[in-house]
Amino acid sequence: MGFFIETTIGGLMSGMLYSLVALGFVLIFKASGVFNFAQGAMVLFAALAMARFAEWFPALLGFDSKLLANLLAFAAALAVMVAVAWLIERLVLGKLVNQEGITLLMATLGITYFLDGFGQTLFGSDIYKIDIGLPKDPLFLLESVFQGGVLVNKEDLFAAAIAAALVIALSIFFQFTGTGRALRAVADDHQAAQSIGIPLSRVWVIVWSVAGFTALVAGIIWGSKLGVQFSLSLLALKALPVVILGGLTSVPGAIIGGLILGVGEKLSEVFLGPHIGGGIEIWFGYVLVLFVLLVRPQGLFGEKIIDRV
Amino acid sequence: MNTMVESMTMTAPAAPARRIGEVILEVKNISLAFGGVKALTDISFDVREHEIRAIIGPNGAGKSSMLNCINGVYQPQQGSITFRGQTFAHMNSRQVAEMGVARTFQNLALFKGMNVIDNIMSGRNLKMKSNLLQQAIRWGKAEREEMEHRAFVERIIDFLEIQAWRKTPVGRLPYGLQKRVDLGRALAMEPQVLLLDEPMAGMNVEEKQDMCRFVLDVNDEFGTTIVLIEHDMGVVMDISDRVVVLDYGKKIGDGAPDVVRANPDVIAAYLGTTH
Amino acid sequence: MFYRENGQFKTSYRADQQIFPIAQDRIAILALIAVAFVAVPLLADEYLMRAIFIPFLILALAALGLNILVGYCGQISLGTGAFMAVGAYAAYNFTVRIDGMPLIVALLLGGLCAAVVGVLFGIPSLRIKGLYLAVATLAAQFFCDWAFLRIKWFTNDSASGSVNVSNLSVFGWTIDTPYDKYLFCLGVVTVFALLAKNLVRSHVGREWMAIRDMDVAAAVIGIRPVYAKLTAFAVSSFIVGVAGALWGFVHLGAWEPAAFSIDRSFQLLFMIIIGGLGSIMGSFFGAAFIVVLPIFLNQALPALGSLVGLNIGTAFVSHAEFMIFGALIVFFLIVEPHGLARLWSIGKEKLRLWPFPH
Repeated sequence: MGFFIETTIGGLMSGMLYSLVALGFVLIFKASGVFNFAQGAMVLFAALAMARFAEWFPALLGFDSKLLANLLAFAAALAVMVAVAWLIERLVLGKLVNQEGITLLMATLGITYFLDGFGQTLFGSDIYKIDIGLPKDPLFLLESVFQGGVLVNKEDLFAAAIAAALVIALSIFFQFTGTGRALRAVADDHQAAQSIGIPLSRVWVIVWSVAGFTALVAGIIWGSKLGVQFSLSLLALKALPVVILGGLTSVPGAIIGGLILGVGEKLSEVFLGPHIGGGIEIWFGYVLVLFVLLVRPQGLFGEKIIDRV
Repeated sequence: MNTMVESMTMTAPAAPARRIGEVILEVKNISLAFGGVKALTDISFDVREHEIRAIIGPNGAGKSSMLNCINGVYQPQQGSITFRGQTFAHMNSRQVAEMGVARTFQNLALFKGMNVIDNIMSGRNLKMKSNLLQQAIRWGKAEREEMEHRAFVERIIDFLEIQAWRKTPVGRLPYGLQKRVDLGRALAMEPQVLLLDEPMAGMNVEEKQDMCRFVLDVNDEFGTTIVLIEHDMGVVMDISDRVVVLDYGKKIGDGAPDVVRANPDVIAAYLGTTH
Repeated sequence: MFYRENGQFKTSYRADQQIFPIAQDRIAILALIAVAFVAVPLLADEYLMRAIFIPFLILALAALGLNILVGYCGQISLGTGAFMAVGAYAAYNFTVRIDGMPLIVALLLGGLCAAVVGVLFGIPSLRIKGLYLAVATLAAQFFCDWAFLRIKWFTNDSASGSVNVSNLSVFGWTIDTPYDKYLFCLGVVTVFALLAKNLVRSHVGREWMAIRDMDVAAAVIGIRPVYAKLTAFAVSSFIVGVAGALWGFVHLGAWEPAAFSIDRSFQLLFMIIIGGLGSIMGSFFGAAFIVVLPIFLNQALPALGSLVGLNIGTAFVSHAEFMIFGALIVFFLIVEPHGLARLWSIGKEKLRLWPFPH
């Protein structure tokens, strides 16, 4: 029983981390109607920037404080992500206004490949460390109830807390601010939003920058956990089922979807896996999503699509 | 408008004698709602064979939704539709097509990736019987079938006078011609009942004359029953045998054009009333 | 001047609807086939065969299959690698477990198995559309990745996880040199291209395109979305499965599941985007482009670099490949969303007018 709780909590934690990546997807889709396949590449790019800047700044500017290095690196990485957002808007999105969803999806696929190659060219292709001082030791809870206690990873706990804070902030942003409303209008209909005076290109730069910020936070947390390496970019593929499960347009959906997926994955791997050969993590999420979509084609929290003739 | 229709039927006897038959399509107590929006409330009317039945009403009255229910695009929450004696609570699009009901669309719903011939050929789809393997090999049965149906489609193209644009992708045609292709695709199904959703919307006077001519010819030569949604009152009053009037999803008038025209509710709906 | 249709009158609908209605096109295609079957084996060396022509043919076939699903029927699929894998492993199992199984039959059976799996994973497309469908097809990809790795029966309990085939022969003709392989693949691809073109211009092709363009209107005409979508998945997966079997049997000889990973799926998708969605010819253009590009970059970039005095290592070349791929995809989507095939037909239009400007 203790093991079950441990696995569940572990699943909830990792689910939270998936949600962090999924948030970026949902943000961009909510605000521009674009399904950003490149989110994973953005996470990698941001993490690389952060890791390398944290290395280079102390060497370049000749100081020793880790805290200062991290702060400067964060600021610089954020600036880089905003620049990337601006470039994507100028060079890609701006030219594909009002094209069909599939065209935009393919464009983001292209951006993925480009960012992957570019990031590794700029920042190198080794494995890099990110250390922002997150405690890595485990925590033992409920030692009185279960023998040996329930193992919880402190790092994951912090990550979950950060993710939760980010979600709350973003939800408030979308629901209650003028910019948030403008973003939702743009997601509905580009041309209509333009015709009432919403500056499309500025809105998109804002959105992609916020998504870039989310990618940076996700990149730092994942990078601190796993090390910054190419496989981070594959996180996008892990996060996709989360996004679909929660429905493409729902921020709380991304969270709940992440939690469900994280727990489901861990539980199935531990309790189901050994019976059918193990390693089922890679497809569990996707098959789960497949079955959910068959029942609810718009995901758990997404908006129903009505076809008009 | 009166003179326009008169000039078209100059060669025919003054009152074209159509052999209007029995009731072929009947709609009973149809109610349709989208969430809180009531598109149709308790609509009932019938359509007789070989007649031209018009459905009119202000914008948003639910006319297209009515046609969509008949075609199986929307499923009404209540009511039934009877076609040639068979009653259905819900129509299935394919079933409806097989029973001989074809339709044009208000916003054209042409297949933009194909040219005119292919669009109209797609209307012949139900009649093409060769299987996948035969089509892959092409030589033999599939080829013969394709040529046979191409010949039929060419007759429709002649009828609609769009020969010069056969191989043009429909996306490149002007609006009036696209409407003709839409009609052609519906005609290709050799329908018994033809549902026309604002076939003359957005057309100038000449284009309207042509379209009226086609509609009347189809009704005269092939005996096709026509159900027509139209805003142009002149056209409606001249060519239709009976008229149904809808307003805010409810039926407010039903009968011969003159009767409906004099109905105070209809006048109020169109012109508004003073309170 | 050369490319005019003057004097070419068609007196029957049959003549009007042939695949190449213009005489010059017919001559060009016959010439191309002659070159492909005769000149290329005579003139190209073994390296070119192995590195370019054979992969090009097989991937063009796979791209053709994918184009039917995505380009003609409008259903996004990101799981093509999985269907290739099914074709390859199925053909392998038929060959290894049934004595004396002829190669062509094995390939076709592999295709059929892939078609069945394709239809299975295509069933969601009846309810799910667009992006959601793309994610659902990824389920096929990852599930097959896992299945061919973990389920020992598929690999005939091979210890290393990889399988191999050898001693290919068709009606007594042993296929072992690259030239034999090339001609065999060329034959298969030519036949399939013809069958595919016939399908696409007959009523099932129109059904596919109708579903792609406007599925609600298609239903009203009497087209059954179920039948159209599932046949698209079936035909597409069949072709992709045969291509997968060819890839494993003829090109690789020995393979592991990684040969059919998600990268392969993306590669095929890029081929049809760049080549032209909804165009048989486009699949060939796209395949040629993507097969030749890395080889071209491998030679050109270091050469360019040394011109400027930079030493360009292989790591950078592979990064550059990614960057250039990505940039090209975006470029094509902005400038010519209908791909190289559209550029080709625009070129032909201009050729009709040549030497006049308009």
